[in-house]
Amino acid sequence: VLDLAAVPDTVVSPAVYGEKTGGPVLDFSYVGIDAILEQMRRKAMKQGFELNIMVVGQSGLGKSTLMNTLFKSKVSRKSVLATAQEKIPKTVEIKSISHDIEEKGVRMKLTVIDTPGFGDQINNENCWQPIMKFINDQYEAYLQEEININRKKRIPDSRVHCCIYFIPPTGHCLRPLDVEFMRRLSKVVNIVPVIAKADTLTLEERDFFKQKIREELRANGIDVYPQKEFDEDAEDRMINEKIREMIPFAVVGSDQEYQVNGRRLLGRKTKWGTIEVENIAHCEFAYLRDLLIRTHMQNIKDITSSIHYEMYRVRRLNENNTTVAHANGVPEHHLTAHEM
Amino acid sequence: MAQQKNLDGYVGFASLPNQVYRKSVKRGFEFTLMVVGESGLGKSTLINSLFLTDLYSAEYPGPSHRIKKTVQVEQSKVLIKEGGVQLLLTIVDTPGFGDAVDNSNCWQPIIDHIDSKFEDYLNSESRVNRRQMPDSRIHCCLYFIAPSGHGLKPLDIEFMKRLHEKVNVIPMIAKADTLTPEECQQFKKQIMREIQEHKIKIYEFPETDDEEENRLVKKIKDKLPLAVVGSNTIIEVNGKRVRGRQYPWGVAEVENSDHCDFTILRDMLIRTHMQDLKDVTNNVHYENYRSRKLAAVTYNGVDNNKAKGQLSTKSPLAQMEEERREHVAKMKKMEMEMEQVFEMKVKEKVQKLKDSEAELQRRHEQMKKNLEAQHKELEEKRRVFEEERVNWETQQRLEQQKLEASRTLDKNKKKGKIF
Repeated sequence: VLDLAAVPDTVVSPAVYGEKTGGPVLDFSYVGIDAILEQMRRKAMKQGFELNIMVVGQSGLGKSTLMNTLFKSKVSRKSVLATAQEKIPKTVEIKSISHDIEEKGVRMKLTVIDTPGFGDQINNENCWQPIMKFINDQYEAYLQEEININRKKRIPDSRVHCCIYFIPPTGHCLRPLDVEFMRRLSKVVNIVPVIAKADTLTLEERDFFKQKIREELRANGIDVYPQKEFDEDAEDRMINEKIREMIPFAVVGSDQEYQVNGRRLLGRKTKWGTIEVENIAHCEFAYLRDLLIRTHMQNIKDITSSIHYEMYRVRRLNENNTTVAHANGVPEHHLTAHEM
Repeated sequence: MAQQKNLDGYVGFASLPNQVYRKSVKRGFEFTLMVVGESGLGKSTLINSLFLTDLYSAEYPGPSHRIKKTVQVEQSKVLIKEGGVQLLLTIVDTPGFGDAVDNSNCWQPIIDHIDSKFEDYLNSESRVNRRQMPDSRIHCCLYFIAPSGHGLKPLDIEFMKRLHEKVNVIPMIAKADTLTPEECQQFKKQIMREIQEHKIKIYEFPETDDEEENRLVKKIKDKLPLAVVGSNTIIEVNGKRVRGRQYPWGVAEVENSDHCDFTILRDMLIRTHMQDLKDVTNNVHYENYRSRKLAAVTYNGVDNNKAKGQLSTKSPLAQMEEERREHVAKMKKMEMEMEQVFEMKVKEKVQKLKDSEAELQRRHEQMKKNLEAQHKELEEKRRVFEEERVNWETQQRLEQQKLEASRTLDKNKKKGKIF
């Protein structure tokens, strides 16, 4: 099922429809292939979209707040679970909350997957394992649905499309934990690193920090979204290069509104000034939002399904084949969630 | 016990504080401060701001610019002077703390360091000759808490629990310009609650008789833990030059008490409570260490630490005797060593002389041989020469004879003729 990209903005101009619907066709060279766009749009509107975002980072980096800000509604775990504990859990837990949100007739099922306890312990060895297991479990579930003989018309997509990794704003360089995590996970899921609580850094510190991070990512061979190898053509490459020069985005989140210059804006009020979340002179939240939602959402989902999922599928099916061969033709029914 | 008496006149001991003051100023002060926290929390910047010097500058970059594999403990000393008073300030930094993936026992090097400083002081105090007692004990430990806004991390709690009995722990919220005033309040309350819950004993400000001071102390207590911001740069704000951080939305001033608690920290640490920190270190933490150490020694019966220092529970006289004995033993040992060295040297010299004697002997022989050879040669020459001479003489004689014969013949001829 092909989903339309950036649905509200690419409406075909009404002039063509006016010509088509009003009376006999006057232009012999016009076939009408482009009308498929409208058909697809209508279908997509009816079906709705799904998006699964995972947020990873130490506690206190503003993950929940950023999610709320991104979708302009209280979608985070803390807002939904009234009894949300403030205590740090002893092991990494995976909590996902789903919401159905709608805008201009377009429905979206948004799932936010939170990972409390990541990186908070004294010994954080292997704290990424539960997360990797979860991602692979989602792929596994999808695979199971796919290889069913009687398949559903629309397989529910619970695969993690995008993982936002929150980097603490130390201003110096990436920590060993950050490098370890991103190295392992950039192979299974699209990672979008962001600098959390960026209102700690002055502009010079921010630029320096970003440069250091980019260098370290390159040095460790970590390919974050948008990955260089998946650029399809020159146009893509140009757009993505611009994005790649800006990552990681320095973001500030807020779900409180303040009055600034007569307008009501989302921001953070301090004694020395108000930080406006959507002002690109203050922070890069707007770029992140555009990337995730307005321009690259479909691309993210495509890469997840056609590349990450395919890799998983190939691996799993090869495993299955070898075990079948070893077991002399006895079909292998015991499927285990495998780790990379 | 002692009665209070009123004086009839002016005795003059009211000037004692002045004397103490003058003496202290001459002697100078020492203060050792330890900073602990994850890398990137602004520790170096805060130190620079506190003492208005660039302890960590571009030429001597702070440890946080390189992530360490293990926790190190680094010391830097700086001597600062102000108004005729000099302060030897030692900053103990702990790069690598809390940065690794597995941070279990990352506090161990720090605890070891503090203990070793106490031990040094204990040893130098136990000596009989203790004219110089350098005090390198850690007087204060500033613990930096990351501004998450939620509460303390397990690492923070663990660290403070282990160190609150060894050193004055002052927890601080680092990079406080991340938090709005409301978030800051809530965070502080949460932290204090957790500190009480885990029974962590952070440094307590002492109550005094002075009303004025008490009010000040209460004000500080309400604001614990202090939320600080540090800065290396000076910015112009409304014509004034202030230390601050320039953001697109405003300037966060370091010394503005509305913006952060930096001034409170500085006043407390340097202007009002520095001496008290030293006193508490000396009277409480050091005494704890000392009693624990000495109790361990007497309990065991065997002094495990003989190797490290002269720790004993004997009276000073006995200790003096022991020290003298030790000194004598040391001297003896040195003497023996010297003797050995001397003997060795002598042997060497003898050997050398023997060698040169042999050498000379050899040369002498050689020369004699040469001489004899020459002698023989000369003898040979002489013989040859003699032979030649004899030959020549015989020849000469023959010649002479011949000549004589011919002359007589001639003469005869002449004579014959005349006849």
